[in-house]
Amino acid sequence: MILSAEKKSLLWQNYFGVTIRNDQLSIALAGNPNVGKSTIFNALTGLHQHTGNWPGKTVNNAHGSYQYQKKPFLIVDLPGTYSLLAHTVEEQIARDFLCFANPDVTVVVLDATSLERNLNLALQVFEITPNVIVCLNLMDEAKKKNLVIDVPSLERELGVPVVATAARQGKGLEELREKILQVATGLLQPTPRQIKYSSDVESALKELLPLVENITNNSLSPRWIALRLLDGDQSFLESLSNFLDIDQVSFQDWEESKCAQ
Amino acid sequence: MCAMSSSRNLSEAYGQAEYVRKAYRNSFSDQIVADIYGNAEQITKHVLSSKGRHRIGFDQIIDNLVTSKWFGYPLMILLLVGVFWITIEGANIPSGLLASVLFAFQDQLTLGFQWLGAPDWVHGVLVLGVYRTLAWVVSVMLPPMAIFFPLFTLLEDSGYLPRIAFNLDHIFKKAKACGKQSLTMCMGFGCNAAGVTSCRIIDSPRERLIAILTNNFVPCNGRFPTLIAITSIFIGGAIASYSGIINALVISGMILLGIAVTLTVSWLLSITILKGEPSSLVLELPSYRRPKIGAVIYRSVIDRTLFVLRRAIIIAAPAGAVIWILANIYIGELSILSTVAHTLNPLGKLIGLDGFILMAFILGLPANEIVMPILIMSYLSTGSLQDFASLEELRNVLVSNGWTWLTAVNVMLFSLLHWPCATTLLTTYKETGSKKWTFLSFLIPTLIGFSACFILTQVVRMLGLA
Repeated sequence: MILSAEKKSLLWQNYFGVTIRNDQLSIALAGNPNVGKSTIFNALTGLHQHTGNWPGKTVNNAHGSYQYQKKPFLIVDLPGTYSLLAHTVEEQIARDFLCFANPDVTVVVLDATSLERNLNLALQVFEITPNVIVCLNLMDEAKKKNLVIDVPSLERELGVPVVATAARQGKGLEELREKILQVATGLLQPTPRQIKYSSDVESALKELLPLVENITNNSLSPRWIALRLLDGDQSFLESLSNFLDIDQVSFQDWEESKCAQ
Repeated sequence: MCAMSSSRNLSEAYGQAEYVRKAYRNSFSDQIVADIYGNAEQITKHVLSSKGRHRIGFDQIIDNLVTSKWFGYPLMILLLVGVFWITIEGANIPSGLLASVLFAFQDQLTLGFQWLGAPDWVHGVLVLGVYRTLAWVVSVMLPPMAIFFPLFTLLEDSGYLPRIAFNLDHIFKKAKACGKQSLTMCMGFGCNAAGVTSCRIIDSPRERLIAILTNNFVPCNGRFPTLIAITSIFIGGAIASYSGIINALVISGMILLGIAVTLTVSWLLSITILKGEPSSLVLELPSYRRPKIGAVIYRSVIDRTLFVLRRAIIIAAPAGAVIWILANIYIGELSILSTVAHTLNPLGKLIGLDGFILMAFILGLPANEIVMPILIMSYLSTGSLQDFASLEELRNVLVSNGWTWLTAVNVMLFSLLHWPCATTLLTTYKETGSKKWTFLSFLIPTLIGFSACFILTQVVRMLGLA
């Protein structure tokens, strides 16, 4: 959704339980379970953290803030998930946040020792938002296992900045902060690789795309919506119509206030 | 207004998507997931390399074998048969030994009571009621458990169980249920109440209910000994030379039948009262570990064997006393026990059991562990046989009470397919919070149990085989 700063902070407060100031740049931290996401979160925020639950869910919600180059950042640690296809509450929370909260940057943390499995999540995030940074964590463990990952060519393949880190040793975090700043301020504009589906799926998508194009005024990728329609993903459609309603209510408020003038 | 129309657009698009989805022969969601994985695999190929010699991990080789299309299932069944074969072969001798020791001690007890000059009924309740029941529970149930549970824990600890779940996911999907259900079934092998609780790992309420309602079709700790005892006493004994392997095959067959019933019922529920499409699951296969022997022994002996035995003894001891009393209080010609059994007899006979067996199952509602002990107690208390030296004698008791191979098979079938125990029902009520679903979790297995035994019995009788 393309939101004004006030509306965004209201939405974050009410639907994601996160308080954000208007001047803060927002970061979402996504990744599989056990990839060192929390280590990175802690390293970035230090003691400036708030923990609680996601509204109405029994899933932990951690967010924190930090300053870099005199810019204030707010970072939200999403639940660890293998995918965004919403089979679990955690996946649903992560997906809704990425789709509707509209963070300025999304950092996807990958486990360098099992790149292939971890890339699945990254590719799914790429479909939702272009402002993504891939953080290739656990590089130290990958080295121990004699795995060599060609980071520049991974960067080319993915079309987004890739930062190699070993968060437990504090390695690569400075570069991560820098890249986050660059993407958040629009200095760097990633062009994430889009998943190529098999011809059956692509032709079905082509059929659906014209119908979904106008639903969100392009604030959410029509392709993503069409894909979920093909999935028959009820939980996403519920979330979508929910957030459309929010949009609609505020829209009506705005119209009414205009009439009152 | 623009937002209003977007809601309408959404439902319109949804209708169209429904149409496109129905027209496609495969599942789009599977295809989408497969494509995402395909993309990830392609990228990985380009950027990842291993230093030095390219080494295929030990894990990878085993995983390719145990989860392979061709070898996965046969290996699973082979392991199952193997485990039961070891259990049954291994349990025979200690069973006999335990029985002879424990029953020799019973004679000493009787002498002791006589020496003390205790009244007959005290001796009856305590020795013939409580002690004899306990002796049977221990000698029939302890050896198989002490062998089976360490083996099962070994499989669990080595990381094989998640591979089973992986293998089974495909057929669960066919039954429109969730692959995680196989994990809850693995829990159910331990205890159905624990299995029902473990259904919490399934996120979709529909699939969770299916898993809860069908968990009872995997035999739990309490029912395994019954199955093992009856096959070793009855089925394998008939063909002496291959008894061990035949017993193992029969029990494995029972478990496979349980799984088949689980799948069928899941599918039936999915197309009737719990309609819906299956969701896919992400399962992280842990790497194989060398099981820690200490942990295996502790978990299997303390957590499982002794736990089950304790539960059986706690319930079986008073039950033994009560049954002895019921068997020795006469109303007119018949004891209370026989009266009840005779009342149930017509129904029992109809499904190839008898009144005593049916009564044992009903009295076994608090815990399945005590079905066999109750049954033996009721037969013994009415007959004149008193002392036993081996399982062979037990077989004679059963035969003299009119058992045939068909009775044995029916008892096993009924044990596999009858109502859940009280603990499981209570847990189901807690988990679903609904009396309706709890009642259904009682009704479905009961109906299936009765009809399976009924059909088998009638068919066999019609063919004149027994």
